[in-house]
Order: sequence, then C-alpha cells, then structure tokens
Amino acid sequence: MAEPAHKTGTEHPAEGGHGGFPPFQSQTYASQLIWLVVAFVLLYALMAKWALPRVGAILESRQKRIDDDIAAAGALKVQSDEAVAAYEKALADARARAQAIANETRETQAAAAEVRRKSLEDELNVKLADAEKTIAATKTAAMANVRGIAEDAARAIVERLIGTAPSDQAVTAAVADALKR
Amino acid sequence: MAADPIHQFRIIDLFPVAHIGHTEIVFTNSAAFMLAAVVVITAFLIIGTAKRSLVPSRLQSAAELSYEFVATTVRSTAGSEGMRFFPFVFTLFMFILTVNMIGLIPYTFTVTSHIIVTAALAITVFLTVLLYGLYRHGFHFFNLFVPKGVPIYILPLIVFIEVLSFVSRPISHSVRLFANMLAGHITLQVFAGFIILMGSAMGAIGWAGGILPFGMIVILMALETLVAFLQAYVFAILTCIYLNDAIHPGH
Repeated sequence: MAEPAHKTGTEHPAEGGHGGFPPFQSQTYASQLIWLVVAFVLLYALMAKWALPRVGAILESRQKRIDDDIAAAGALKVQSDEAVAAYEKALADARARAQAIANETRETQAAAAEVRRKSLEDELNVKLADAEKTIAATKTAAMANVRGIAEDAARAIVERLIGTAPSDQAVTAAVADALKR
Repeated sequence: MAADPIHQFRIIDLFPVAHIGHTEIVFTNSAAFMLAAVVVITAFLIIGTAKRSLVPSRLQSAAELSYEFVATTVRSTAGSEGMRFFPFVFTLFMFILTVNMIGLIPYTFTVTSHIIVTAALAITVFLTVLLYGLYRHGFHFFNLFVPKGVPIYILPLIVFIEVLSFVSRPISHSVRLFANMLAGHITLQVFAGFIILMGSAMGAIGWAGGILPFGMIVILMALETLVAFLQAYVFAILTCIYLNDAIHPGH
C-alpha cells in the first residue's frame, strides 16, 4: 500500500463511477483500456516478430542438429555394416580359395602317386613274367634231365637185374609210359 | 487505512497523457504494471536466449519451456492449424501469467484484478474466434450451433442453448480470471489485516497470536501462486478451445 506514486498521484474518489469498489469505477476504464491495448499490441509485436521466432529458431536448430546427428550415426552404421559384410566376404573367398588349392594339390598328388604306382606295378609285372619264364625254362630243362636220368637209371637197373642192356627204344617207351602214369 | 482490503485495487493516476473527447487518458499504476510485464516478458525471452546455446542455460531452458508449453497446448487443443494463433495465445498466456505473478509481490498492483482488463482480453478472444470463423468458413461457421444427429423437434432449443453458451463465453472467460485474482488478493489482505488488528487490540499477546493468520498467509500465498499460474493457463487453454471452434466448426 506504500506505493510511492501514491503521494504524487491522485486517487479516484471513492464515489466516482459505480461506487467505491475500484474495479467498478468506470471513469478509469478508458485509461486502462488504452494502456492495455498499447501494452498488449506492443507485447504481441515483440513476441511475434522477435522473441518467438528467436526461441523457435533455437529449438529448430537443436532439433535439426539432433536429426543430423542421428542421420550421421545411421550413415556410419551402414558404412560399418558394409565393412563387416566386405570383411566376411573376403574371409569366405579366402576360405574357398584355400579349399580349392588344397583340393587341387590333393588331386595332383593323388594323380602322381597313381602314375608312380602304375609304373611300379608294370615293372613288377614284367619282372614277374621274366621270373615265370625262367622258372618254366628251368622246369622244362629239369624235366628233360629227369627223363634222361630215369632212362639211364632204368637201363642200369634192368642191366643189373637181367644182365643184358635193354634197347634204347624200349627204355624210352617204358619211361615215357611210367611218366605218363 | 492499511487494513482496507479494497485499497490495493485502486487505480492511481500518475500523469495525464491525452484527452479524447471528454475523457482524460491517464498513465496509471495499472498501465505501469502492464508495461512492466511487457518488459519482463521480453527481457526473459530475449536475455534467456542471448547465447542461443545448443545446451541451454537455466534461463534459456525456462524460455524454451514457456514456448514449448504454449505450443503444445495450442497444438493439442486447436490442431496444427491453430499454430497460426500461437503468438496470440502465447502473448495472452505470458501477459496474464506475468501480471498475476507480479501482483503477488507485496505492495504491487494486479492488473487482472480489474474486470475491464479481463473483459477486454476475453472480448478480443471472442471477436478473434467470431471473425476468423466467419472469414474461414463463411456462414458454415454457424453450423457450430447446429449439432449433428439431433432430432428436428428439439433442434430450436439446442440451437438456442448453443448460441447462448457461445455468447456467454466472454463473460465466464473474463469473470473467472477477474474473480479469482480479486478474491485471492482480498483474502490475503484480510488475513494480513487480522495481524494488525490483533496486535493493536491485544498488545504482545495479540502480536504472538498473529502467527496464526501469518501462517495462513504463507499457505494462501502458495495457493495464490498456483491460482496465478492456473488462471493464466485456463485462460490460454479456453482461448485454444474457442479458436478450435473457429478452425473446425463441425461438432
């Protein structure tokens, strides 16, 4: 109530307007209205032209910054995903190549081994055939010798038993007959 | 007399400005507090955003909060089309909030405790709604008074009620704010008066007993702070609802 202006200003008399209650003193209305219009229009202009666009721009720039950052993070994530995919692809390629090299090596090795085995086998077969031939020759020779020995032995035995030597034809026939049996 | 609860509402002439006809236009304490509110609001928003920081300071946070609070209110009640009235609603809300809050400071004057001020604001809203509604929708705007799906025989009654409620809007809109501010300040003044009364009547015991009404003032002060904010908010949100009628007149 100690409004400083109270002393210098003049109060509206209590009996003015519609009575003593200040809000109903109509002679104050014109001044209040005029100043309300002045204050309100001034405030509206300041808000609409200056303060609100300013605050709005700050909020907008922050929102834009956030959106940009999120977009950048998304782009980076795509990039890293791509890098991971490329890495995995390279890994798979390398693995496939290693597999291919291993297979190829294994095949060439197997082929070489097969070739060696074959030549060795052939060699052995040749040797075997040779050996069999030798055996057969030896056997034939031995068989021929056996016949001669048998004939000699038979002639000697017969000579010792009967005192006379049998004819060669008879001994040969007898031995051949015996060998046949 | 200090204990007169009406004294605080007096209009005090500071200096005359002009004459319009027989009426003298005077710069009053009311005008001073209106302009003070304009300065406080502008300073709050401009100084708060002076640095335009990405990470706001407290004051900038508060400035941004007031912006977003009103923007959200307008958008949720009047839709995104209502955002063309955002500066208007923001100005209304901040002006009423600030003069209410300044009025809570002892020895100050509460601009909104005068019916002529709240009535002028309410009529401004009413005319904005009416003129914008007619401008946007022409005579279709009056569909606002004709709800759909109402039987024809009670339609005249419904239309009468709708028109009545529409026309009485500025009255309730203005009286609500005016009466709340007036009653709150009178209550505070009456309880403050009790302290003086008890002190002067009963001496030391009276002054000690004055603690009771003083405690009451503390509680009422908290309540009045809430009311000061709430009435500004109610005024703003009702403005949004009325504007929504102008933008979308179909019920």
